[in-house]
Amino acid sequence: MISWRAIAAATLLAAAPALVAGEIPSDARRSGYTFMGPDTRAMQDDDTANPGMLFVLDGEALWAKKTGSAEKACADCHGDARGSMKGVAARYPAFDKALARPVTLDQRINLCRANHQQASPLPYESRDLLALSAFVAHQSRGVAITAGDDPELKPFLAQGRDLFMQREGQLNLACTNCHDDNFDRRLAGAPITQAQPTGYPLYRLEWQTLGSLERRLRSCMSGVRAQAYDYGAPELVALELYLMSRARGLPMETPAVRP
Amino acid sequence: LACGARADELVPYKIIGDTIPQSLTDSPGDPARGRALVLARTTTCILCHSGPFPEVRFQGDLAPDLKGTGNWWSAGQLRLRLVDASRFNPKTIMPSYYRNDGLVRVGRNFADKPILSAAEIEDIVAFLATLRD
Ligand code: HEC
Ligand code: HEC
Ligand code: HEC
Repeated sequence: MISWRAIAAATLLAAAPALVAGEIPSDARRSGYTFMGPDTRAMQDDDTANPGMLFVLDGEALWAKKTGSAEKACADCHGDARGSMKGVAARYPAFDKALARPVTLDQRINLCRANHQQASPLPYESRDLLALSAFVAHQSRGVAITAGDDPELKPFLAQGRDLFMQREGQLNLACTNCHDDNFDRRLAGAPITQAQPTGYPLYRLEWQTLGSLERRLRSCMSGVRAQAYDYGAPELVALELYLMSRARGLPMETPAVRP
Repeated sequence: LACGARADELVPYKIIGDTIPQSLTDSPGDPARGRALVLARTTTCILCHSGPFPEVRFQGDLAPDLKGTGNWWSAGQLRLRLVDASRFNPKTIMPSYYRNDGLVRVGRNFADKPILSAAEIEDIVAFLATLRD
């Protein structure tokens, strides 16, 4: 006879979305915000004190500015971003059919510049690209993250997960060693968070500026004395995709503030 | 070579049980230098460990406090722990400080070098052995 326990266990196994050992269950996922002190939280919460909002305002101006030889502004095609861009950042990186691979929000913006505005790409971490992506992602503030749902993303998600689990660098540490196994502890003075990418691009006090998720990932890689991947490298996109899907359900915070 | 030790330049050592009984250098380590090394962020110990170091404000808590280390471990055990902690625990997060193979995507500035030199390992071993209470 099959006991109710066995049935319950079997149902759980069948129904639970594949949660792999060591991963953080959805009800235990916490934004980096919850690890910060009250002053930094207050800075993020108050739009007049949040330095990231200056970039959002710059982005709003760029949104309406005609650019490139097509003489078109983002607004000419997408209209009022408050409606057209709401929720978009919460499902990026997204699969691009033409390229047959996922693209990040930064890459999507540059694709629109190339294909629709006939303008040159904005360099990674340039003020204009950060401003545009902050403005677009800000329209998703409060929206739950859903990135990674598209079945075509499966192999790229798997690649991102493998990279997260892979030890690397002279210090031979993997992302998972710090961000799955040791969050809530301190690396020297710094609290280690779960590495939830809820707030990007975000204002980091240590950087004294806004920065992308890729910048953050590259600095964690240099921290373990590994060769950081170049901006836009498929590996960074895959990691970004994995991190976003790992943060499923958490609300977007762009522009967040972090210490 | 100006770029530091290469794979074939690591000082050979012999593991006996859970120890490397022989010093990696001919001269004994200097505990004062070892203390300075352990406290320096660039050596990385203090990122994970804490210890009886009142002048260091930010210490880690990913690893046991180093207080009393000399009570429990011999110099030979400490030497092997520093050279290759993964021999004690294959899943440890503690880096192997005297190893330069089997690593992935090591940054250009660090390629082919162990994290610490043989002399630095000996200085740290000498210092850890003094941590008694
Ligand atoms: C001439 C029209 C046009 C212009 C100008 C334009 N876009 Fe787009 N945009 C599109 C189209 C069409 C798509 C759908 C993807 C594609 O076919 O390129 C798109 C897709 C997007 C997306 C992804 C939406 C989603 O749901 O995945 C974002 C974000 C975006 N654009 C932002 C911008 C920004 C920022 C600018 C200005 C720098 C801009 N676009 C300029 C036409 C345009
Ligand atoms: C040795 C520990 C360590 C390792 C290994 C490590 N990180 Fe980090 N990471 C940190 C610390 C410390 C911070 C800064 C505090 C924080 O936000 O967690 C950080 C921050 C982050 C953040 C920012 C979170 C936020 O709220 O904005 C992300 C995302 C991240 N790491 C991802 C990664 C990825 C991906 C890897 C592997 C390529 C990695 N980390 C490897 C220690 C580490
Ligand atoms: C990334 C984290 C990390 C770093 C960096 C690190 N350790 Fe460790 N260390 C550990 C952990 C975790 C343990 C616990 C046992 C284990 O997992 O191997 C440990 C154990 C030890 C022990 C044995 C302590 C005991 O009582 O069991 C000593 C001694 C030690 N480390 C010294 C050092 C020294 C000296 C350095 C720097 C040269 C250093 N460690 C760097 C994580 C680290």
